[in-house]
Amino acid sequence: MVVAKADGRYAGRQRRNFIATALSIGAAGFGLAWLFLILTVLVIKGVGGLNLAVFTEMTPPPGGTGGLLNAIVGSLILTILAVLFGTPLGILAGTYMAEYGRYSKLTTLVRFINDILLSAPSIVVGLFVYEIMVAQMGHFSAWAGAVALAMIVIPVVVRTTEDMLLLVPNTLREASTALGLPRSLVIRHVAYRAARAGMITGVLLAVARITGETAPLLFTALNNQFFSWNLNAPMSSLPVVIFQFALSPYEDWQQLAWTGALLITVTVLGLSILARSLASKKVPL
Amino acid sequence: MSLAIQTEIKEKAETPTEGLEEKVSVRHLNFYYGEYRALADINVNLYQNKVTAFIGPSGCGKSTLLRILNRIYDLYPNQRADGEVLLDGENVLRPKQDLNLLRAKVGMVFQKPTPFPMTIYENIAFGVRLYEQLSKADLDVRVEESLRRGALWDEVKDKLLASGLSLSGGQQQRLCIARTVAIRPEVILLDEPCSALDPISTAKIEELIDVLKRDYTIAIVTHNMQQAARTSDYTAFMYLGELVEFDNTTQIFTNPRMERTQDYITGRFG
Repeated sequence: MVVAKADGRYAGRQRRNFIATALSIGAAGFGLAWLFLILTVLVIKGVGGLNLAVFTEMTPPPGGTGGLLNAIVGSLILTILAVLFGTPLGILAGTYMAEYGRYSKLTTLVRFINDILLSAPSIVVGLFVYEIMVAQMGHFSAWAGAVALAMIVIPVVVRTTEDMLLLVPNTLREASTALGLPRSLVIRHVAYRAARAGMITGVLLAVARITGETAPLLFTALNNQFFSWNLNAPMSSLPVVIFQFALSPYEDWQQLAWTGALLITVTVLGLSILARSLASKKVPL
Repeated sequence: MSLAIQTEIKEKAETPTEGLEEKVSVRHLNFYYGEYRALADINVNLYQNKVTAFIGPSGCGKSTLLRILNRIYDLYPNQRADGEVLLDGENVLRPKQDLNLLRAKVGMVFQKPTPFPMTIYENIAFGVRLYEQLSKADLDVRVEESLRRGALWDEVKDKLLASGLSLSGGQQQRLCIARTVAIRPEVILLDEPCSALDPISTAKIEELIDVLKRDYTIAIVTHNMQQAARTSDYTAFMYLGELVEFDNTTQIFTNPRMERTQDYITGRFG
């Protein structure tokens, strides 16, 4: 009766497979439902306030009319500065860890600390920068905001850079070394090239991450109800304006907050899709 | 002795080593992976413009030996060699050896094809630019010449700007050979260059070896006994990190001195 016994086991395996599949689909559906709900509410509430004034006018006083121009521009400036500070540092550190110091104890230590930074609450980063910059300078500033955001960018970029470089097969490094290439060229022309899509994805994910950060900015760039290019002064940003306006009792402020939230979400969504499509490109040329 | 090998061997003339120039000379070489001694007291020569095959069961140290000759093992910590490897009489194991220069002289092709993630043209031109400042026209000539030497030109001449990764496995391997030849090395190390390839690509690469030995000194590691018999002038049989026997290929395959060599080439173990 070996066959019957085997049949019994087979039926059992099929049953277990069915249950596991059903649970996985259920869990995925549960997660997606909330995401869908959030996006729907956001679109319904946000689209109503979307008009040209949002992109051309300053944040209004309560009861007045206005837009989000100063916040949008502020967010752009802060994000760009943060990426300019954070990306080179992150890539250099990740390169050290994956290429030069792959077998060193320092790398293990840095990786451990980086993982802590990666999951550190962003409000801690905000307080830290407040202490070292805002308190020393005596006033809030865009510089401090950019530094705080950069500190969130760095661990993300370090991690993805290291991971992506470690994925580059060693045979490729050996092959280029065997041609007589010095290490720096092996890294720049072969390893970076092979890992490029993944590394760019990492930077985009970091941008997506800081686009919505509020806590580190509350303690650093603060807010500014006027348009400002001055990096030495407080600067407005979308997340902080949303925070302020959403908590206010004024209806027109709340409407702007919804619209701002929609803008951030669409931006993050766009960046994520871009990152995804880059990451799925297998052969970067 | 299998019939297949006998057929390969019949055509070959005996090639005595007297009077040949020793291009690479390995003297009392030991190699360690950490504490583990992978090679013990190896003594062997690679002769100018000759092909030397290294055969032996997996793990016997053939590839390890090859990886010492261009010091590619230097990439990894805990790997070290002692003894001497003389290239034109100079010990390449000495600490002040310029590794990049050594590797430009001693090229290597690996088991798995490793095209760089760039165009076919760039795969070749990339290494050349490091050592020579050629005009665009001269570089074009060099790329074509190298691809011809790699027996790949006819297949890729219309798509030089396509990705090197878009080629088939056999073509990729010939691209790697062309890339190695392009920087005009003196010695070429082939580490099981055909193990991932189909018979047709293998035949092409073996023909290529025959052509290349006019200009280069070649060492090839292979698990394929017929390939060793077909392509090489000399054969070294290695076992458990030791060099058991070195002789001209005809001698090794028809009348080996050591019983272990005899057993291996007749398939009694390995």
